[in-house]
Amino acid sequence: MAVDENLKIELGKQGVFVTTIQELYNWGRRSSIWPMQFGLACCAIEMIATTMARYDLARFGSEVFRPSPRQADMMIISGTVTKKMAPQVVRLYNQMAEPKYVIAMGACAISGGPFKQGYNVLKGIDRYIPVDVHIPGCPPRPEALIQAFMTLQKKIDAQHLTGEDRPRHLDANAPGEFQVPEFGEHDLEPSSNAGVWQPPLVTIK
Amino acid sequence: MEETKAAIERAVPGAVVTVIPNASPSGQHSLLIGEEHAVAIGTFLRDDAELALDFLSNVTGVDYLDKEIAEKVKVTRRVPKAVDGAEPNQVQMVEETVEETRKHTQPGYLEAVYHLYSVSKKHGPVVIRQRTANRSDQVELPSLTSVWRSAEFQEREVFDLFGIVFKGHPDLRRILMWDEFKDYPMRRDYVEPDDFEYEPTAHDQVLKRAQEHEGRV
Repeated sequence: MAVDENLKIELGKQGVFVTTIQELYNWGRRSSIWPMQFGLACCAIEMIATTMARYDLARFGSEVFRPSPRQADMMIISGTVTKKMAPQVVRLYNQMAEPKYVIAMGACAISGGPFKQGYNVLKGIDRYIPVDVHIPGCPPRPEALIQAFMTLQKKIDAQHLTGEDRPRHLDANAPGEFQVPEFGEHDLEPSSNAGVWQPPLVTIK
Repeated sequence: MEETKAAIERAVPGAVVTVIPNASPSGQHSLLIGEEHAVAIGTFLRDDAELALDFLSNVTGVDYLDKEIAEKVKVTRRVPKAVDGAEPNQVQMVEETVEETRKHTQPGYLEAVYHLYSVSKKHGPVVIRQRTANRSDQVELPSLTSVWRSAEFQEREVFDLFGIVFKGHPDLRRILMWDEFKDYPMRRDYVEPDDFEYEPTAHDQVLKRAQEHEGRV
């Protein structure tokens, strides 16, 4: 049950701060998202630039990049995911504790990018793990990564604590771990996780 | 190139060296060396006072497919022909010249190509090649890792992508693909796995492949 904005402002003027548990809970979560140190290729350089002085990402809550997946809230998939690396990416994602989020940074993480026809390129990490925010770009500018961060923060703000559309970490039936692909003879097996990704139907003339 | 070939033949007796000319504007002719004396030739090229080719900058592989050659040959044969004469079914032997198309297959092979430079003398590149007997079962070549250490990883890459087995390599296993992978991706007849389910801006071959997927989930 949300509080009426005008009432909030009026009460605020009198020194009374009114909020809901959901707002408080989500504000705490979105203001301190700690990413995992996970850079694969060129987009990782842009991610590092975003954390440095000029485009400081720590302003937005990601104060430290945790090296261990157990202590991280978010994974920024920055760079080309090769098929040889894909099972390890999924394993690291499984090891992260809920609530966890994924930002697919750059064209390679979204769909394979400029190297899509490569023999070792996984055509998009969202084949195996659920992705919350996709940022196009090759590489996306640091401002674009910050925009993705803010989009993720807005998404976390809008999550309800109860009800049908509550987030995964509050839902006992929702899966938190996803199938790790195996190395097959010609390709990864399975080539995509059907529960996570369905190929979009595009009509080509 | 000719002087290098002569120097090799003097230093390594019995070595089989052929100059393969390069018709392109770069004019980088290469030397095809035989299997038995490859390591000896490599050692000579590295240790010689004049050549001093101590830097192996690149090892790569090339795949030549089997070629079907069709030739038109004029053949003269004696053929029985029915002659329209007074008596039916009379057969006469006549000489006839026919053009026949004969096809034969020139077997393909795999090559490992080495680019050598000299750091001390500042010359190069000298390009040497090793050729396998065919593409299917006789794909072994001697490894030049004992001569130039930088061949170690690069020959692993050639093994991974082309399938050339290097004898005498200290650690021959796949380097880019995973160990359970069965194909050799850079060969001409490599077929990619079918994971091109959609393509927003398809064109040419990619368009053909995407159209095969249309309607399928």
